[in-house]
Amino acid sequence: MKIYELNASEIHKGLRHKDFSAREVAQAHLYRIEQTDKDLKAFVTVTTEQALRAADAVDAKMSRGEELHPLSGIPVAVKDNMCTTGVKTTCSSKMLESFVPPYTATVVNKLEQAGAVVLGKTNLDEFAMGSSTENSAFFTTRNPYDLERVPGGSSGGSAVAVAAGQAVIALGSDTGGSIRQPAAFCGIVGVKPTYSLVSRYGLVAFASSLDQVGPFARTVSDAAWALEALAGHDPLDSTSVPNAPVDWSQPLDKGIRGLKVGVPREYFADGMEPAVVKSVREAIKVFECLGAEISEISLPHTSYALPTYYIIAPAEASSNLARFDGVRYGFRAEGATNQEELISLSRSQGFGPEVKRRIMLGTYALSNGYYDAYYGKAQKVRSLIKQDFDNAFSQVDIILSPTSPTTAFKVGARVNDPLSMYMADLCTFAVNLAGIPALSLNCGFVEGLPVGLQLMGKAFSEMMLLQAAFAYEQTVKLPQLPVFKGGLPNV
Amino acid sequence: MRLTPEQVQKVAELARLQLSLDERERYAEQLSAVLGYFNMLNSLDTVNVSPTSHALMLKNVLREDQVRPSLSQQQVMSLAPELSGELVAIPRTFEG
Repeated sequence: MKIYELNASEIHKGLRHKDFSAREVAQAHLYRIEQTDKDLKAFVTVTTEQALRAADAVDAKMSRGEELHPLSGIPVAVKDNMCTTGVKTTCSSKMLESFVPPYTATVVNKLEQAGAVVLGKTNLDEFAMGSSTENSAFFTTRNPYDLERVPGGSSGGSAVAVAAGQAVIALGSDTGGSIRQPAAFCGIVGVKPTYSLVSRYGLVAFASSLDQVGPFARTVSDAAWALEALAGHDPLDSTSVPNAPVDWSQPLDKGIRGLKVGVPREYFADGMEPAVVKSVREAIKVFECLGAEISEISLPHTSYALPTYYIIAPAEASSNLARFDGVRYGFRAEGATNQEELISLSRSQGFGPEVKRRIMLGTYALSNGYYDAYYGKAQKVRSLIKQDFDNAFSQVDIILSPTSPTTAFKVGARVNDPLSMYMADLCTFAVNLAGIPALSLNCGFVEGLPVGLQLMGKAFSEMMLLQAAFAYEQTVKLPQLPVFKGGLPNV
Repeated sequence: MRLTPEQVQKVAELARLQLSLDERERYAEQLSAVLGYFNMLNSLDTVNVSPTSHALMLKNVLREDQVRPSLSQQQVMSLAPELSGELVAIPRTFEG
């Protein structure tokens, strides 16, 4: 077994048994990146020196006989929309191409304090707006299962880094599915925590009432360790909740006998790829065999989640992105003759087409005369969507659905049709609108491409979702790393 | 609801974006399609529904005002694209 194939708990054990050093673990992953990233293009920045320094610090700690945190010496990748002191944070945008933040996001701080080794920053759809990483201003990340296909998005770089063995754990952000959908496309675990469980301080804001940071991992157990490390109140984020009622001491292998599982008929309706539905139905049978009680339920406002999301998220984005004016930081256009021109030229040249599209959509939805018809209406429908979940969780413990209507699509297939690109997140929007947690994990393959199973739970039910996912994972034991096609070496 | 290129231009001005003629037409078409899709929300009766702005109803969060270190002026100013001494430089705002 190669070092890059190991998961976090295996590396943790290996470090303690002195099978290898933290430096060797970091080097193995940096070499893996060197060998594969020409093809995969997951990373915007690789921080080799910092990574080796962090690994050496873990080795030094071990030689002093100190206890190791489960994340100590674990190589992690960070989506490039989370601030890192002294390391470029680009949001894969020309606007922030050379932005070096003077402070570090709380989530990155927490990982570093646990001893995790940050390998670098990963590619995303510009400002996290997209479902394929094709909106990155720099390059498109490729799916390790098929280099002709997208990895999903917006956290595509982080998903690929973990799926391809470049990193063991990675951070993503999820506003409408940006962790779960790429996790599904890349065959790994991705968790979108309850809104407010994880600090957003230092995450470049997209839609502040929906954004949440969460982990990618190849196993449920690794995802659970990472999530526990990330969670917690942060005085620097006024929306982060104090004393979140999540009991991290519960065992993952509790089992799911008697767990009430709801299957919402609206998530198995038209527009879903039949092979994906079949794969998810088979997964649901596994839950039944493990002793869960399955029942069909209804979330009647499901089809309204997409339009509601695409009013609320762009409205918040248009306000959040107003700060990029070419004056104090970020990209500044040449040749402006006055202040107003400086701002509009910098924004027009600094933002890519999808970001501009969403800024305009949001500006329109908030503008005088249209506010009530669009933004006001969407906020009310958001209440109805939230109510659907409240009603459902009075009958069931968790809800199962596909994570995405399809498997990974071809690069270029949807770039000219925004609405068809938006459909890629059809199954994930409602969760963000309701603020509840959800995770995606692999439940099989269709023509060699991974299918994602989505588990949704009520607010702060992360442990229950992880336990259910763990029970499934341990039963089906699907492969965790892709066999590379397209000439990628399994070095 | 169809947006005209002129309406797109108006929105772009509000958002401080400069669009080429070509972009105005492309965005008019694309945004019209998206706005058309939004119309399905009108089929829902929401007269007696109150709006949700945040999924978890957090109350206003206050804390004691404390003096503590923050970023230095030098750290912050070094991010600006153009400086004039200790100030951020921009093109002339007023004639004269």
